[in-house]
Amino acid sequence: MTVPETIPQPGAGAVTDTGPGRAEPAAEALRPHAEHAFAHELAALAAADDHPRPARWRLSPRAVATYLLGGTLPGGTVITPKYVGPRRIVEVAVTTLATDRALLLLGVPGTAKTWVSEHLAAAVSGDSTLLVQGTAGTPEEAVRYGWNYARLLAEGPSRAALVPSPVMRAMDRGATARVEELTRIPADVQDTLITILSEKTLPVPELGEEVQAVPGFNLIATANDRDRGVNELSSALRRRFNTVVLPLPATAEDEVDIVARRVDQLGRSLELPSLPGGVEEIRRVVTVFRELRDGVTADGRTRLKSPSGTLSTAEAISVVTGGLALAAHFGDGVLRPSDLAAGILGAVVRDPAADRVVWQEYLETVVRERDGWKDLYRACREVSA
Amino acid sequence: MTALATAPAPADHRGRRPGPLLLGVRHHGPGSARGVLAALEATRPDAVLIEGPAEADGLVALAADPGLRPPVALLAHAVDDPGRAAFWPFAAFSPEWAALRWAVDRGVPVRFVDLPAAHTLAAADPSWGEAGDEDEFDGGARIDPLAELARAAGHEDPERWWEDVVELRGAAAPPGSHAPPDPPDARDPLAVFDPLAVFDALADAMAALRERHGDGGHPRDAVREAHMRLRLREARKEFGDAVAVVCGAWHVPALARRTTVTADRALLRGLPRVKTELTWVPWTHRRLARRSGYGAGIESPGWYAHLHSAPDRPVERWMTEVAGLLRGAGHPVSPAHVIEAVRLAEGLAALRGRPRPGLDETTDAVRAVLCDGSDVPLALVRDRLVVGDVLGEVPAAAPAVPLQRDLDRLQRSLRLKPCAEERELDLDLRGETDAARSRLLHRLRLLGVDWGEPAAGRAGTGTFRESWRLRWQPELHVRVAEAGVWGTTVEAAATARAASHARAADSLGEITALAERCLLGGLGDALPAVLGALADRAALDTDVAHLADALPALARSLRYGDVRGTDTGALADVAAGLAERICVGLPPACAHLDPDAAARMRARLETVHTAIGLLGPRTPDPTPEADPLPGPVGLPDRWAGVLRRLAGGERVAGEVRGRAARLLVDEGWNGGEETARLMGLALSPGAPAADAAAWTEGFVGGTGGGLLLVHDERLLSLLDDWLARVPAEAFTDVLPLLRRTFGGYEPGVRRALGELVARGPGAAAPGSAAPVPGFADALDGARADAVLPLLHLVLGQEAPA
Repeated sequence: MTVPETIPQPGAGAVTDTGPGRAEPAAEALRPHAEHAFAHELAALAAADDHPRPARWRLSPRAVATYLLGGTLPGGTVITPKYVGPRRIVEVAVTTLATDRALLLLGVPGTAKTWVSEHLAAAVSGDSTLLVQGTAGTPEEAVRYGWNYARLLAEGPSRAALVPSPVMRAMDRGATARVEELTRIPADVQDTLITILSEKTLPVPELGEEVQAVPGFNLIATANDRDRGVNELSSALRRRFNTVVLPLPATAEDEVDIVARRVDQLGRSLELPSLPGGVEEIRRVVTVFRELRDGVTADGRTRLKSPSGTLSTAEAISVVTGGLALAAHFGDGVLRPSDLAAGILGAVVRDPAADRVVWQEYLETVVRERDGWKDLYRACREVSA
Repeated sequence: MTALATAPAPADHRGRRPGPLLLGVRHHGPGSARGVLAALEATRPDAVLIEGPAEADGLVALAADPGLRPPVALLAHAVDDPGRAAFWPFAAFSPEWAALRWAVDRGVPVRFVDLPAAHTLAAADPSWGEAGDEDEFDGGARIDPLAELARAAGHEDPERWWEDVVELRGAAAPPGSHAPPDPPDARDPLAVFDPLAVFDALADAMAALRERHGDGGHPRDAVREAHMRLRLREARKEFGDAVAVVCGAWHVPALARRTTVTADRALLRGLPRVKTELTWVPWTHRRLARRSGYGAGIESPGWYAHLHSAPDRPVERWMTEVAGLLRGAGHPVSPAHVIEAVRLAEGLAALRGRPRPGLDETTDAVRAVLCDGSDVPLALVRDRLVVGDVLGEVPAAAPAVPLQRDLDRLQRSLRLKPCAEERELDLDLRGETDAARSRLLHRLRLLGVDWGEPAAGRAGTGTFRESWRLRWQPELHVRVAEAGVWGTTVEAAATARAASHARAADSLGEITALAERCLLGGLGDALPAVLGALADRAALDTDVAHLADALPALARSLRYGDVRGTDTGALADVAAGLAERICVGLPPACAHLDPDAAARMRARLETVHTAIGLLGPRTPDPTPEADPLPGPVGLPDRWAGVLRRLAGGERVAGEVRGRAARLLVDEGWNGGEETARLMGLALSPGAPAADAAAWTEGFVGGTGGGLLLVHDERLLSLLDDWLARVPAEAFTDVLPLLRRTFGGYEPGVRRALGELVARGPGAAAPGSAAPVPGFADALDGARADAVLPLLHLVLGQEAPA
């Protein structure tokens, strides 16, 4: 059975759909899809690509890896790096997509899971829009199929009355489907993926038919591995995935760079004035976060307890942005430790009892002793007291 | 390539060609081992020469003993100084070992051709792990031949390049089979059918490298190679040209070079030498994996051993082993997982352009498929399989290990004869010999050689006495032999063992005990490792009770313990860090305790208080003016702050609160006014009677509490008022506790208290308006003078007229 391509969407859950037929880049989209934004790079890669391609892949696995990691083609076209991180991770991800196992990208917030998933889909299938956004309210229809009820009532069950999900369309077309925030989806809805991933088929019992996936179909899911209150994957579903954990930035310099860049972007969109003294304070926030997260000081000499929070890069960004807003609107226009202390405290102390001890120990044994950190120590003592 | 005596000549079908067969290998490379075996099978030489200390010829016969199981190491040590030693490790997958076994099994003579250990050890700096010279990166001037070759081939990672071109090539072919597993690749010069071709190609490459780099920053190589050439000449004189040499590929061009005997002899003349002995010692894979010290710098001995032993399909077999390990550790791993992992590894190898999956690919696949992306189970795989637990064995016939010799020497010099019957030994640690004996016995106990057991000392002996029960059992010889892997002298071995214990210890108490044992054994060198582990463990321990239990021992060692000139600074830092953490963590830990836990916490509070007193005031901050921090900084001040918080804490158990208040009084940190306030709070009508009684136990329980009450009638009257107020039904509940509190006082104190109470609060000083009950307005001169005669008598002075 083939799936109708262009059927109006009667709001079947959180489904984004733009079929490839009408996927012309909107002239002034706020954020164009990856396959449009980097169309010239994809075209150049496809032209230079002489390695074998799996069925229905736009590029060979090697070229997909190059697309993500960046490089220079023989013709001189420069491919910008989309993902800055270990090469190994991208290689495992691309190879997984070439097997018949699905890919699960795990990581704490701010590790570019969605970004990597979008670019992988764009490079492999030329289409990153077959997307199911996982929420607590994602219904089964968003993963399998829904019905156009007007038609269903008028004509009875028929192919024309069926509204396919992005996953179903990907199976039919041999493309890459994406599921965002898989662990936010209720467990029973998650498990509808099991048949799809193991049997590569989606039965439609109402019609007595099924949709069989054609070669080239695969699925990329992303999930946040340290959030509380999520729906853990069942082991049956977990077995269908190869798991790749996207790491936090490897070095403090990388992380300072990422935080500074994002803070700059956010500050501009929030119309915050850019303030002096920023980078030094960002470096300190990042150091505090990294040290507590890794459970060891930056010089590797002292062990520390880790608090229960994730202390991700994303949180460091929000601490610094909050501090900037405080300094701009209520302070003297310079980012000072006192603007950041409350934010740091809030990010570190999630569990009032255990984390407070962790934080106090860190303050007394590390921050107090460190040269040039007296002002931060004092500011933190004031808000902690 | 004119310098090559064995310029690649057309070989006949058996591979025999003129001149000796020079097999350049990479030490501990399984591909090299397989290549060496194939080459030996193909040429069947009459003698095999191996790079290794020349004195080891006498130990070759032991290699035939089935009791000698790799990994083992040749150990050479100076007879007079067992601490000066060098190791040549051999694993099952080492080409040298393969050649040795091949020769021994066929009765082919074996010679070790490297410079004798007598010279190596006599050099000022015996280089440990000599056999791994090709893997050393320690000197800036030294070049790494593999890195050079890899760079020439356009690869960044020399390890990976070598693995691709040599180690992984033919991994699927059983040893001895000449069928090439891979179709020959036109781009790869080493992919050939001839078992000798790979050695020829390698020799050519090394010759080119050495033409450019000379000795490449290994100046001692010239001497070693001269010795190898001399030994090679001897062997050729004896066996003709049909000899094979197995040595590091780096040395091949030097061995092939034509030099004169005189020139080589001249190089060897006048080398210093010491009397040495050699033996086989058991080795472990973990030790092979270490980069420094005794290690050979092989990152993945377990993986190499697997490549060496797997008859076919190495990746599939490896994944099955990994799956078995993970299942044993409770991870659900199905055969389907294994299939997917193998497919992913092969896909990755294809993507990365490698001939077959190497360790990187298999590890990535294991992580993504079998471990759900987590590094935690992967660490288990790395530890148990990639490195591995394999322990070698050495037959009993092997010469004694140097540790035994060192022990013999110490037993002689300390006049401690090992004898089988039990005997008592009393040591006076003030004497040098006895102190050394005590150290020896403590060190041996650390090594698991329980020759002496500490016995309970005789009554009345001070801390400078120690009693031991000595008994030498025959199996202790075996223990000594086992302990030989830790080092060559008792001191070095005990140090290494203690450091390893410290790394593996689970609890804080274990490490503090270990630290004390190190101090007893005089193992100053082990202390940094032990203290480092202690600091780490203390930082991660969330139970303040553990920290509090650990601190007193540390403070004691620091204050009284004879640290024998070791770095007490490190000890002090660790103790101070521990005290800081206790200061932070103690107040929350004292809240909401039941009576039993409160009693234990009170005891801890006391020991920590004593310990912090012993630590004393820390040195003042050198820049006090730059530090206008809120609150106190010195440790005693911080501790006083903690005690104040405890004494005034709402949710702190009564007994702990009372004891904190008492400690503040004892130290003079709280005046009478504040103490009376605290007591009034604790004993006020709103407080539950049981809690107030517990407070009383904490405050005035134990020694000195009664005297406090006798001398401060204000406190006594507060207590008296409270007691009178306790309702009848609650009184029976608190009575046992109060009885315990007051029953503990000495009879005299009890009587004085009773008299004071009987007299009544108002009767203390009738008619006077004394601000403090029990004390008059001013000093009574006559009564004070009455004590003077006795005082003079005590001090031995004449009373002034």
